[in-house]
Amino acid sequence: MSKQPLFEIKNLKRYFPAKGGKTVKAVDDVTFDIFPGETFSLVGESGCGKTTCGRTILGVYPKTSGSILYEGEETAKMSKAQLRQFRRRNQMIFQDPYSCLDPRMTIGTIIQEGMNVHFKRTPAQRNEKVTELLFKVGLTADFASRFPHELSGGQRQRIGIARALAMEPDFIVCDEPIAALDVSIQAQVINLMIDLQQEMGLTYLFISHDLSMVRHISDRIGVMYLGSLVELSPTAPLYEKPLHPYTQALFSAIPDVHRGKKEQRIHLQGEIPSPINPPSGCKFSSRCPYAQDRCHEEAPALRELEKDHFVTCHLAAQL
Amino acid sequence: MDSLLTVKNLNVSFNTYAGEVKAVRGVSFDLGVKEALAMVGESGCGKTVTSKAVMRLLSRSGGIIKEGSRIEFMGQDILGLSTRELNRIRGSKMSMIFQDSMTSLNPTMTIGNQIMENIFTHEKTTRQKARERAIELLKLVEIPNPETRLKNYPHQLSGGMRQRVMIAIALALNPSLLIADEPTTALDVTIQAQLMDLLRSLKERFSMSVILVTHDLGVVADFADKVQVMYAGTIVERGTVDEIFDSPRHPYTWALLSSIPGRAQESKSKLYSLQGTPPDLLLPLQQCPFAPRCQYCMPICKKAIPKENFLTDTHGVACWLQHPMAPKVTPPAGIGGYDHE
Repeated sequence: MSKQPLFEIKNLKRYFPAKGGKTVKAVDDVTFDIFPGETFSLVGESGCGKTTCGRTILGVYPKTSGSILYEGEETAKMSKAQLRQFRRRNQMIFQDPYSCLDPRMTIGTIIQEGMNVHFKRTPAQRNEKVTELLFKVGLTADFASRFPHELSGGQRQRIGIARALAMEPDFIVCDEPIAALDVSIQAQVINLMIDLQQEMGLTYLFISHDLSMVRHISDRIGVMYLGSLVELSPTAPLYEKPLHPYTQALFSAIPDVHRGKKEQRIHLQGEIPSPINPPSGCKFSSRCPYAQDRCHEEAPALRELEKDHFVTCHLAAQL
Repeated sequence: MDSLLTVKNLNVSFNTYAGEVKAVRGVSFDLGVKEALAMVGESGCGKTVTSKAVMRLLSRSGGIIKEGSRIEFMGQDILGLSTRELNRIRGSKMSMIFQDSMTSLNPTMTIGNQIMENIFTHEKTTRQKARERAIELLKLVEIPNPETRLKNYPHQLSGGMRQRVMIAIALALNPSLLIADEPTTALDVTIQAQLMDLLRSLKERFSMSVILVTHDLGVVADFADKVQVMYAGTIVERGTVDEIFDSPRHPYTWALLSSIPGRAQESKSKLYSLQGTPPDLLLPLQQCPFAPRCQYCMPICKKAIPKENFLTDTHGVACWLQHPMAPKVTPPAGIGGYDHE
């Protein structure tokens, strides 16, 4: 892709203070770009820092160090007016459709709340806009007067999407938008998201641990482990030939309904180490089946092994 | 195969302000010794209620098992037992693990005491012996350093570890039947794979029967011997794993299978999605429960409930399409034996 990236994230770090003067390295030195119009996914197990990463990019959490360039401009140095626009143009959809909608507001108010701050409209125009948004996410105009508790999980998630769209954004961070939904509803929400992307040219940062859905929706994928990016690649090559031992193990654990052929499952020993005290050298070295002395001592850098396919592993070329 | 558990015409209702919610409607099934049965379906289809009814765990949540229902476990009529007799079976002969390990374990007790509690409830034994047994159980579920872990509280363990502790408690007295209600839903894929492997090996080792309640069809394909697909409180299709995944017959099963993105499917293409919502369980059943959402719906489907039609000894389908007079339809592409890339 030769286009100018929408976001350039360089050496991003986000640490949280923990008890006893320790720090949790939730996001530790992550570098990637997001291009306009694409779906970039972050995958990994819980606690790997994918949600923190998404939130830090939007400025929900201040970064500890590193740089976030939005259309070439450092977000931390933006003026108030620029930040206002930045926040409008970059929206978020949350995982839990139950807790992310205010139970005491009607759906109409929820959708309007942010939009009214940014757009000067008459009340009639506002209502018209709400109706239009409801249609866009596959609901009817009468939903505007209902309350969140009257809606099912899938419908609430649609409201979450409508609320984000109300701001006329170009970029949406989708933080596990389907994790709390039933399989059949998941498909509906994903279809809606793909349609909206094609219609409005949206860019998504899709955060999920559902690897089959990620494969379906993503253009490029970053695999995270313990706060670091271990592999970065376009979707097809990543699923065909994952290079990092962690990615290989992660993908082999996907339970598959297509039982035609079975690949050998790679068993990882133990669980993710604590991000307060990550292993020295390569962070995956404590669980890696191929780890050598070098892996325990020296942290590998992200390198391009094949075209557009980056990996953080000393041994990836030999494996 | 000998039958360990027989459920016949199970009906469960909940009385609510809106009226009587019929959550389970005439469910019957058998479970053999050492068999793994999976119950799948969307939320609210009655899979959890069915499994809880087997344990008689419904009274506190207001569930009423209707007259005419029968549950037999190891030749005993579960529904006729007194609470005392039930308590003797629950936790020893049959036990259950739940989805949310954080709320199922007692946060104020060490995990050692929680495992031992179950042992003391059912056996007269010394503290020393129970402790040894607890350590043995933690080893069995592959928890490292069991001696020190015994003294841990649930919040000191990760989600995967807590789920292992739950399994240890459930297995403390070598049950013949283990009911696992969404045991891995809250966990990551790698941890899920570890746990399902563990459950599989324990099932073999202790000759247990397992009822797995889940909505994750991938887990089912990996684990179960038999599958029953539930919809609106009824079983719409049942069969062996091969029958359900390779030659599914019910349009609802097709819908479930095709809403999972396949490997062969083009990226960002339309995923199959089921329109509409499940029927209101307050209303009596007068038609095929799936008819309003079924794309193959025929006039008869809206007039009468289809009877379960057995294609083989194990493969049953409750759908009018199986009727000899029904038109032949081909299932959507990409599911079952029709495509493997």
